[in-house]
Amino acid sequence: MPYNPALVAPMREEMVRLGARELKTVDDVDGALGDQQGTMLVFVNSVCGCAAGNARPALRLALEHAVLPQQVVTVFAGQDLEATARARQYFAEYQPSSPSMALLRNGEVVHFVHRHQIEGRSPQSIAGDLAKAFDKHFGAGAVA
Amino acid sequence: MFHPGHHELHGVTVVVETAGPLTYVGRFDTEDEAGVHLLDVGVHDAATGGTREDFVRRSARFGVRSDRKHLVVPLAEVARITPLGAMES
Repeated sequence: MPYNPALVAPMREEMVRLGARELKTVDDVDGALGDQQGTMLVFVNSVCGCAAGNARPALRLALEHAVLPQQVVTVFAGQDLEATARARQYFAEYQPSSPSMALLRNGEVVHFVHRHQIEGRSPQSIAGDLAKAFDKHFGAGAVA
Repeated sequence: MFHPGHHELHGVTVVVETAGPLTYVGRFDTEDEAGVHLLDVGVHDAATGGTREDFVRRSARFGVRSDRKHLVVPLAEVARITPLGAMES
């Protein structure tokens, strides 16, 4: 059962403020991820105060890096159920967890950040790993 | 502490190794007289194939494949509990 919209509104707004486009429906997801070109980060948002509470600030810090994904999109696990399930079909090789992040390049998942890689870590530490992944997969030297 | 007011491992994805062939990977919920309570748990039985190390490595790389929503591991069976994130690389 989805959470009270009022409860999750600040968590949605935090993502929108940092430039993420919300995908709330299956059509939204297919429009963004179907035939995806270029580079993209998909953030699977969560109400978990501790894990997601560090993941969102981590993404904000990572988005200050020089190398960035061309698009940042987000689905909300436990809230936009169908959209989240659909998004996960695009990275079905990875077991679902939230929060989590998928880095895509031309429709291929090139890097995945699971919840267990977020738990108990500082936003700065998570952001540092994300920046390295941006450099590796989205930088000038990355293989197209 | 990851979740203030709870056990220090509450909400953390952990690997629970036992003295026997079973290994569990799941989200630590709590610990009481019944044992360690895990949520969304992947279970590996070394007696039925594959090594514990491969199971843990696969879980770290691709995430936890949940076999059980909730599982209690009796304390007497627990050999070691380690955060999955600490077992990578």
